[in-house]
Amino acid sequence: MKIQQISLFVENKPGHLAAPAQLLAEEGIDIRSLYLADTQQFGIVRMIVSDGRKAAAILEARGFAVKVTDVLAVEVADHPGGLAGILGVLDGIGINIEYMYAFPYSRDSGAILIFRFADLDEAITRLQTAGINLVTSKELLK
Amino acid sequence: MNATLDAAAVDCHPASLPDFTPLSDLRDLQLQRLQAVVALAYREVELFRNRMNSCGTVPSDIRSLTDLARLPFTTKSDLRDTYPFGLFASPMKDVVRLHASSGTTGKPIVVAYTQKDVDVWTSVLVRCFAGCGLHHGDIMQVAYGYGLFTGGLGAHYGAEGLGATVVPTSGGHADRQIMLMKDFGVTAMCCTPTYFLHLIDRAAELGVDLKTLPLRTGVFGAEPWTESMRAHIEKMSGIEAFDIYGLSEIIGPGVGCECRQHQGLHIFEDHFYPEIVDPETGEPLPDGSEGELVLTTLSKQAMPMIRYRTRDITRILPDPCECGRTLRRIDRIGRRSDDMLIIRGVNVFPSQVESALLQIEGTLPHYQILLTRQQGLDQMEVRVEVTPQMFNDKIGALQFLQSSIQSALDHVLGIRVRVSLVEANSIERSEGKAKRVIDRRTA
Repeated sequence: MKIQQISLFVENKPGHLAAPAQLLAEEGIDIRSLYLADTQQFGIVRMIVSDGRKAAAILEARGFAVKVTDVLAVEVADHPGGLAGILGVLDGIGINIEYMYAFPYSRDSGAILIFRFADLDEAITRLQTAGINLVTSKELLK
Repeated sequence: MNATLDAAAVDCHPASLPDFTPLSDLRDLQLQRLQAVVALAYREVELFRNRMNSCGTVPSDIRSLTDLARLPFTTKSDLRDTYPFGLFASPMKDVVRLHASSGTTGKPIVVAYTQKDVDVWTSVLVRCFAGCGLHHGDIMQVAYGYGLFTGGLGAHYGAEGLGATVVPTSGGHADRQIMLMKDFGVTAMCCTPTYFLHLIDRAAELGVDLKTLPLRTGVFGAEPWTESMRAHIEKMSGIEAFDIYGLSEIIGPGVGCECRQHQGLHIFEDHFYPEIVDPETGEPLPDGSEGELVLTTLSKQAMPMIRYRTRDITRILPDPCECGRTLRRIDRIGRRSDDMLIIRGVNVFPSQVESALLQIEGTLPHYQILLTRQQGLDQMEVRVEVTPQMFNDKIGALQFLQSSIQSALDHVLGIRVRVSLVEANSIERSEGKAKRVIDRRTA
């Protein structure tokens, strides 16, 4: 159920995203999704890649501050109300989202929502009880 | 047998015997050597001769150690002004080694050694290492830069003189340093304290637990460091960390070093005579008072140095050390008189920034102070490298870290400081020393 996401500290300056992207490209790592959370001065790059552990090791070896974090992926229909529906369910079961982001998913023209929860195991139980289908890492990286 | 000799017997390394010379004998030796070195400087070096003539004190006026205070000071700019060989007291054919410092402004400063100078240098380093409890059989990794910098070769000769096995890794290549430390069973490390902090962090990333290695001693110097850094180093690596002091102008590393009491650094005053002076007025201060350390070489041949202003702020500890050495001690050097930054009229020392950072994270990230002037007002920015240990995946957590550092600095320094979090390894390092302050204020 859990998806490995790698997060990376970068300064908010021109060119600072290029170096890690180049490193991953050289090692043949495919970036499935990338999301940038930023402030005026620095940012956190969050990525889901074909091989999270390997990508983290490559970046660490070059001195980047990297964290591997477990997140959950939920597939929703890509039409008006798709996001509102799932957020309504989360609200109903009372779990707090630390952060989230979305990206389109080619299969069945759906979208993927990535969620980070403080208590991931509790979230998995409650989401499954509420009948929400969690996308596995294998499906996501297909 | 008197108490000092008993102490010498306990310390037991034969190289350490001169450290326990009875005080009256030591003072006699110092005076005899002082008279000889002042005569040499007067006879062979134009700058010293002119200075002494113009202040009216000539070598024959030196009748006691207190007469030293009648002689003029020598400063770093004297070395620059006489570049390259103007302060040499020996002909080049008798000089066996030249070293030079990486000059921050313009030309480097050059220092010279005769064979006897190299032998003295080696002997004081042997006494440093012996005082740290090292001996024949130790495996010592020297990760100071080898080359023109005095750190690498100085420590190298000292370690060989002690009878240790030397691993001359020089600086850089942290992964290789850690691999060799582990594979060769290194028992002692010599490098800058900042570089060792870097090795601690890197070893953790590589999954190497330094505490499980044979490494038990670290001899760290070439830059000021603090008690809290020592506590951090000792906790993270399981070693005993010693502070060693020196400067190229006097000889290089080995002017002074801690013993196992860790209560100040013994100055090898049979070769280097210490005084403390008021940094403003130059007046000599009594033992116990804080001021600028001034050193006179007592046995140097190629390049004697008379009353050299080190710019290092310390004091001579008035009481004898429990180890029994008769050599006087200086306090650890926390700052230099020229390290002091004046920001909007407030005195700031980089060591204050360091202790504030240590309070926040319990770790010491690399940092740099950047000074600029905007609309006539000094601005101080502290750039802090985000280490893998500090990094958190949530923006809010990083902003909290940033504001905690900010308020700790505001509190310690009493001025408003801007804190920037920057990428790991983005602050330049040279010779293992981090460049702590960049001052872009135009005077």
